[in-house]
Amino acid sequence: MKIVVLMKPVPDTWGPRVLSLETGLADRAASETVLDEIGERALEAALRHAESASDVEVVVLTMAPEAAQSTLRKGLAMGAASAVHVADERLAGADLGRTAEVLAAALRRGGFDLVIAGDASTDGVGGVLVPWLAELLDVPAITRLESLEITADAVRGTRATDGGSMVAQAALPAIVSITEALPDPRFPALRGIMNAKKKPVEQLTLDDLEVEADETASPRSIMTAVAERPPRAAGEIITDEGDAGERIAAFLADRRLA
Amino acid sequence: MTHPILTVLPAAPGGGLPAGAAEVLGAASEIGTPVAVVVGPADALAGLAEQAASLGATTVHTATADGDQLGVPAADAAAAAVALVQPDAVLVPATIEGRDVAGRLAARLRAPLAADIVGVSRDDEGVVVRHSVYGGAYDVDSAATFGPLVATVRLGAIDARAEAATPDVHEFAVEASGRRAAVVEGFEPAPQTSSRPDLRSAKKVVSGGRGLGSKEQFALVEQLADALGAAVGASRAAVDAGYAEQSLQVGQTGTSVSPELYLAVGISGAIQHRAGMQTAKTIIAIDKDASAPIFEVADLGVVGDLFTIVPQLISALEARKG
Ligand SMILES: Cc1cc2nc3c(=O)[nH]c(=O)nc-3n(C[C@H](O)[C@H](O)[C@H](O)COP(=O)(O)OP(=O)(O)OC[C@H]3O[C@@H](n4cnc5c(N)ncnc54)[C@H](O)[C@@H]3O)c2cc1C
Repeated sequence: MKIVVLMKPVPDTWGPRVLSLETGLADRAASETVLDEIGERALEAALRHAESASDVEVVVLTMAPEAAQSTLRKGLAMGAASAVHVADERLAGADLGRTAEVLAAALRRGGFDLVIAGDASTDGVGGVLVPWLAELLDVPAITRLESLEITADAVRGTRATDGGSMVAQAALPAIVSITEALPDPRFPALRGIMNAKKKPVEQLTLDDLEVEADETASPRSIMTAVAERPPRAAGEIITDEGDAGERIAAFLADRRLA
Repeated sequence: MTHPILTVLPAAPGGGLPAGAAEVLGAASEIGTPVAVVVGPADALAGLAEQAASLGATTVHTATADGDQLGVPAADAAAAAVALVQPDAVLVPATIEGRDVAGRLAARLRAPLAADIVGVSRDDEGVVVRHSVYGGAYDVDSAATFGPLVATVRLGAIDARAEAATPDVHEFAVEASGRRAAVVEGFEPAPQTSSRPDLRSAKKVVSGGRGLGSKEQFALVEQLADALGAAVGASRAAVDAGYAEQSLQVGQTGTSVSPELYLAVGISGAIQHRAGMQTAKTIIAIDKDASAPIFEVADLGVVGDLFTIVPQLISALEARKG
């Protein structure tokens, strides 16, 4: 069985994240680029299955600028067997549709039984890529799984949906997304880090993929304006002297919030 | 009809219109004529259509989606409704099911998608939508280069409401696309916890963090929320520790809220937590650590022990109510 895990290099949420006011794109120099944690969780889920079943190959797939390749090494160090990196300058600023087309083409090219992704990235927060890929690839999708059971021919689990939880099952090949309810990702062991250096990373450009060459032939989403909000100023800080509860109540009453 | 805007309203898994239905119809009314496609079980459609009209849908197209196929029937109906209505834009509440439908719909239509929008407007060239990026640090506008835009609308972000319309309901038959779908085996509604407002659209939110120390003690946050008529939220650490449901998580990877009042109790204010609440109008924080970063964004910061301050605050609020 081949499991492909979608992982996205994103600006580290632990530091400031900056948008260029000129291009509207992420200012990559302003932040460190790291693998999105939710993708690491998806990889963790895949690796756990690979460790409990035989003949499971785990591959990491990303579409990201060339410079982000070093982040993929972490996925390999965690235990993925290989990585596929779609890097092409023509993809700078790609919208969701273009991203979905490219990832679908890469998935078709490499083949898969199961694709696992995070439910939403920390920089885009769209949460629409997995259903989008399901349509392009014509495979069933289950989004936001909180538990995951993989068998030779199906994937099944509980998903957190609106107003309750749902149990769903899909025949393979299929695509799923997972939530933070799944276990934390492992830290790569030293041996994993050493081994990762020898693992293959296949680098692809648009020319290797069957995608529409002229990006502008289809309608796209474009940014028309970017503005920075003024940062919030800190207000009044008080130390409790036995009456802080009363003082908060008075503050709320003053502002007509209670 | 001038500038039809199609809102896509798949019935919620537990029944009823999806959360955010009033908001997407309100947004639609700001940029054109609100139209709705309602998809759900046959016996519920009439009621759902009437509700959609009362929230402002001038025309409601209804389609039956019985059965256990996940996501595909709603996308089939939405795609058919787009062909029928020829809208300038398609607005879908960014619920979990809504996001699934939107992703599928954009793929089918080969239309661009704007995710998690917080506002809509119109300029000479058409519909423009607004996003709140990097936890509210940036406002970004986007638009389609041509053709209709599909957008998912962040819950709680739109204040506009449309005027109620006289129901004009059209049932239509949808040809199944035959796309492969997962099969739903069961649905368990979340236990209804009192009449507290929904976190995503609440005017006031009281959130608790790891500082509460246990699930039992987290009840203090719930009591304070009830005294204020507020929704309950939580930090990721509180969710991880099992004090609160995951659906209550506020922050980067939880819900983004923008209420009138956000009251943080025992939450240090890690950058990922602030990303989900720093656009609140008024922020109050209670934490015993004077160097907690939550104080950097608080209008009123109180350094002290939450276990003495919160009970006193609850009594003071009760006393003021008389
Ligand atoms: C990719 C990523 C995404 C994340 N997404 C989110 C997210 O969506 N939401 C989120 O919240 N976090 C998120 N986090 C986690 C975040 O980094 C923090 O770990 C988390 O917010 C901490 O929660 P906390 O403030 O409750 O806990 P702590 O940081 O442990 O803070 C507890 C606070 O309680 C105070 N306290 C303890 N006892 C008392 C007392 N008796 N009286 C008063 N104060 C007391 C302490 O002084 C402390 O400041 C994310 C992290 C990553 C890496």
